[in-house]
Amino acid sequence: MEDWRRGRSAFWLIGLGPTVWLVLFFLLPLTIVWLYSFAELRGVVDMEVTGTLSNYARALDPLYLEVFGKSLVFAGITTGVSLVVGFPVALAIVFATPRWRPVLLLLVILPFWTNLLIRTYALIAVLRVRGFANFTLEWFWEQSTTLLSLLGLGSYQLLGERFEPLELLYNNTAVIIGLVYVHLPFMVLPLYAALEKLDRSLIEAALDLGASQWRAFLTVVVPLSMPGIISGAILVFIPALGSFLTPDLLGGTDSQMIANVIERQFKSANDWPFGAALSFLLMYLTFAALALRAVFARNAGGL
Amino acid sequence: MSSSGTAPAANSGSPIIEVSGLCKRFGSFSAVENIDLTIGRGEFFALLGPSGCGKTTLLRMLAGLELPSDGTIRIDGQDMSFVPANKRPINMVFQSYAVFPHMSVLDNVGYGLRIDGVPGDEIRRRAEEALELVKLGGFGARRPDQLSGGQRQRVALARALVKRPKVLLLDEPLSALDAKLREAMRLELVNLQETVGITFVIVTHDQSEALSMATRIAVMNQGTVQQIAPPAELYEFPASRFVADFIGSVNLLEGRVEAASGGRIRLACPGIATPIEMEQDRLPAVGSTGWVALRPEKIDITKEPPVEAGMNTVSGKVEEITYLGETSVYHVRIAPDLPLMKVSSANLDRVTRRAFTWEDPVHLSWTSSCGVVLDR
Repeated sequence: MEDWRRGRSAFWLIGLGPTVWLVLFFLLPLTIVWLYSFAELRGVVDMEVTGTLSNYARALDPLYLEVFGKSLVFAGITTGVSLVVGFPVALAIVFATPRWRPVLLLLVILPFWTNLLIRTYALIAVLRVRGFANFTLEWFWEQSTTLLSLLGLGSYQLLGERFEPLELLYNNTAVIIGLVYVHLPFMVLPLYAALEKLDRSLIEAALDLGASQWRAFLTVVVPLSMPGIISGAILVFIPALGSFLTPDLLGGTDSQMIANVIERQFKSANDWPFGAALSFLLMYLTFAALALRAVFARNAGGL
Repeated sequence: MSSSGTAPAANSGSPIIEVSGLCKRFGSFSAVENIDLTIGRGEFFALLGPSGCGKTTLLRMLAGLELPSDGTIRIDGQDMSFVPANKRPINMVFQSYAVFPHMSVLDNVGYGLRIDGVPGDEIRRRAEEALELVKLGGFGARRPDQLSGGQRQRVALARALVKRPKVLLLDEPLSALDAKLREAMRLELVNLQETVGITFVIVTHDQSEALSMATRIAVMNQGTVQQIAPPAELYEFPASRFVADFIGSVNLLEGRVEAASGGRIRLACPGIATPIEMEQDRLPAVGSTGWVALRPEKIDITKEPPVEAGMNTVSGKVEEITYLGETSVYHVRIAPDLPLMKVSSANLDRVTRRAFTWEDPVHLSWTSSCGVVLDR
């Protein structure tokens, strides 16, 4: 049979569909929005592409830079927490018996089958003042108080007069919890893929040579799963940076992320050129992060 | 138990490893069952057996990578049964070599010393010495992916030896090498062991590997030790049909013991006209079943019946000839329902002038002292 790579007509025929799709529904709209970022508003809805850089100048205003900064910090913390939480999860799946492995993997991707909005509202039901988290804490408080009364210590009210529910919702912590919850699978799956390929005898060799479990983890497991760590970090960091639903629903007044500002420009503020400029600033940042990864990957020997 | 009486030369002083009543069960499966074993200082000890016989599990228990279900392991007099791998004075060369792919050769070799907190310049010196020892001097800066399989194995050897362990464990060290390299490496491992003077315990499924390298061999099957003996004793005086068959090639003739006294045994074998007479110190009970184990090279094959008296003789017909270069193996039918007898004969002449061919009637003969009678 003829090598399909050499059959040019077949190559073009197969490639045509995806190419048309990408150009029409991805590249073209993106270019239009990119052009908008150099446009000026004329009236309420009309725009004129004048090549102005004023939108970008305005986007670099300290007010917006601060939001950019906060978004980067939120995304960074989310990535860090996801890594710390996701690594043991991925390890547990890899070391589970073959019978349990698919079940555990399914549990990791199960949340994807529910709409993000629904999941976020569910999180509100958990975190709000009269939510499940506080109910659980209250139950523990009641049990402890009862126990203390039984011990004859009831009159001291060691745990306070009554249960004070925690303010878990509508603040930065709630946003981080929400972002980690949403993005954790994107960390666990690449980590799992990297750890699954790891030769167990390498860990055993480290132990055999005198390393403690922890030392073997740090000197063998972590360096060898670096490709998974980097992929996971990028897969979490980039979407977390552009999140708007989570800070919108779970955050307080000071938890606005850059995507919330962008959304407002396109909807309520009706300032598409400024929204486009902000979007593309975020995109340039993302490209820079990816370029950095590419450089890193080349240095690490094509991982 | 045997008449050869070759005691392991290196087995002086207190043993370095004492294993007693060792068991390892995985669920309902028993991988290692009630093993007793002592390994002397400076020995080159081989655990030999077919795959799944428990030899690797036993080795991993010695390393501390598996914990025993029962029994004890003493290393240099100390009970180490439940001491984790990183606290044992034992190092291992893994079957896959397990060379760390993200470290240079020198960093690989120095890994164990770094863990132990040895100062940097000493690590470097000792790692380079160890590389010199395995003939990899000057390879320190290389990355593992720039090495051949044989070189990676040497890195694994150097990495284990640099810690000066009391025992070095080797899990199927030659199985991944090609035939020529394997043979050269056998000799090298033996020389290396003599140089460093460390006890080597090697796991292998290849009997020729064990025979050529080890001072003593433990033959294992289904989780138990069948026999422990030096190579020559194992070959000449196997303790069971399993060992006789696993080590080299053997003909087994089943019969009933008719007489056993004065170091002589007479067996009546169904299908063979005259009883077989063998000499042996250990005498089976009269009336019990015995198996005469005969090595193919110890049987004479001739056209005419042998003239000397006192030889065991059977006649048959050549059914199959396997040409192996230096020898040919003749498969001879001696009775319709007995397995073919294998007789190997050196090809002193060229094959075109060979004495026998297919369908030739032949006589097989052997002396009473060239085989053993087994009772299990």
